[in-house]
Amino acid sequence: MSGVQDRQYQRQKFVDKLTPYLFISPWILGFFFFTLGPLVFSFVMSFYDWPVVGEREFIGTQNYEVMLTQDPLFWDSLWVTIKFGLFFVPFNIILGLLLAVLLNQRVIGSGIFRTIFYLPSVISGVALVTIWAWIYSHEYGILNFLLGLAGIDGPNWLGDPNWALLAIVIASLWGLGGTMLILLTGLQSIPKELYEAAKMSGVPAWARLIFITIPMLSPMILFTFITSIIAAFQQLTIALLLTGGGPLESTYFFAMYIYDNAFKHFEMGYAAANSWVMFLIILALSMMVMKSSSAWVYYEGEMKKGGNKDA
Amino acid sequence: MLRTFTYGTLIFLSALFILPFYWTFITAVKDISELYQYPPVFWPSDVQWENFITAWFKQPFDVYFKNSAIVVVMSTIGQLFSSSLVAYGFARFQFRGRDVIFIVLLATMMIPWDVKMIPLYMEFNMLGWINTLKPLIVPAYFAEAFFVFLLRQYIMTVPIEIDEAARMDGANAWQIYWRIHLPLMMPALVLVGTFHFMNAWNDYLGPLIFLNDQSKYTLTLGLSMFKGLHETDITSIAAITVLLCIPPLILFFFAQRYIMDGAIGSSVKG
Repeated sequence: MSGVQDRQYQRQKFVDKLTPYLFISPWILGFFFFTLGPLVFSFVMSFYDWPVVGEREFIGTQNYEVMLTQDPLFWDSLWVTIKFGLFFVPFNIILGLLLAVLLNQRVIGSGIFRTIFYLPSVISGVALVTIWAWIYSHEYGILNFLLGLAGIDGPNWLGDPNWALLAIVIASLWGLGGTMLILLTGLQSIPKELYEAAKMSGVPAWARLIFITIPMLSPMILFTFITSIIAAFQQLTIALLLTGGGPLESTYFFAMYIYDNAFKHFEMGYAAANSWVMFLIILALSMMVMKSSSAWVYYEGEMKKGGNKDA
Repeated sequence: MLRTFTYGTLIFLSALFILPFYWTFITAVKDISELYQYPPVFWPSDVQWENFITAWFKQPFDVYFKNSAIVVVMSTIGQLFSSSLVAYGFARFQFRGRDVIFIVLLATMMIPWDVKMIPLYMEFNMLGWINTLKPLIVPAYFAEAFFVFLLRQYIMTVPIEIDEAARMDGANAWQIYWRIHLPLMMPALVLVGTFHFMNAWNDYLGPLIFLNDQSKYTLTLGLSMFKGLHETDITSIAAITVLLCIPPLILFFFAQRYIMDGAIGSSVKG
């Protein structure tokens, strides 16, 4: 091989090696600038007293100590978020599952129903808020009118600390179309033979639901479980605009607490510490759900390991 | 019996799901005299279409619309381009560290936005991007994990022999991406484009944090401003809400086929 050819060969080899990295470079760069960088930055910030303007000062773990021991708002907002999650997560999955099961039967117009249930997931959170604010209106709201028809004296939804959180849960559940769609796709991939065999052996419909549908669907349920927990913790737009955290801070979500510390009180270091606590809680909850999943999630054959390794 | 229950439940629930839309729409077109009537008016005697025009001029909505349009169009182009490039890279090449990098990519989907919100604000502040549309556009040019994942799944369903044949004919990696995979990915790109369009159009927290001047506001911010400015102007609020909902709804109807085909579900299964 002559020198020129050899150099060309070397060069070609280098280019071939580099090509894949060039293709994925947009994500790599984005990862450093918009994900890893900010993550590290926020972790560092959480050990500082860091106002937007003025001197920042290293204060060690003081932010975390203050948060855990001296800031009742931290615990209150965490508790509001957990309460919301305790209502929202199960209802989101159960109602999503109910709709998916109903639509998975041979129904006329199932496409139209599916579209209707998905529509609210398509619109902006701001639009959702303005829509529900008017529905919940104490004096002119259509909800209390309809409840009145049924003989129920509706509460002052957004003005009563006992009801405001539930009002946010209901408005959020309006957007369960995404969950429904994921579960519906899961249902459609369950082999029909399983049901036919069960039917032939005289297994009743409710037993087929509990012993075939739910286990076969459990990986999807696991996925929606984790995503709804994350959604619950990130709940901000609705609380910010529909109730502003009130009345009496009954809807003061953890995400709103972080937002206020950062952009209202301009305590960036403290807010960064808050957000890391949120991150760790979400991580811990997801881990717990994942860990417990081996007990209740059924993976057919190798599906479990097949997951992301099919490259 | 079971049939009746199924249809009964479906019709009842879809009525409940539709009602908020209908109620908002008729609120927007009602005459003020019927707005506060009790019992509520479900069928306005006179449809006031001009309510939409009145509402539009209550705030500089043409400016907001222009800003929203710029953000949506520019960021969608970036998202389609970057995510498909990255997806092709992961789907069609063997390289050192690929699987680890891909797992990291998947893991980034778990990071809550709240954690990144504060440092991103500081970062954009240092770059002098606060109060410009850049924070809402530029990140889209650096690919999003979920879309990369979706597109990669799609590319992997294309037989590798097609790539090999093209390579035999002298096509290089870029040409294979540009001439073969990009056209083949069209259905998946429609899906990604639709999702990204909706995210960008509907985004509220991004504009809220990164924009200060009214001249930079997007439509969602403008709508939320009504709360402070004209708390009681229900008609205008409803009218703008209706207008804000129209683009994603139209897009959804066009892309429905791709969304309902189970692209979401199949991506979850992996």
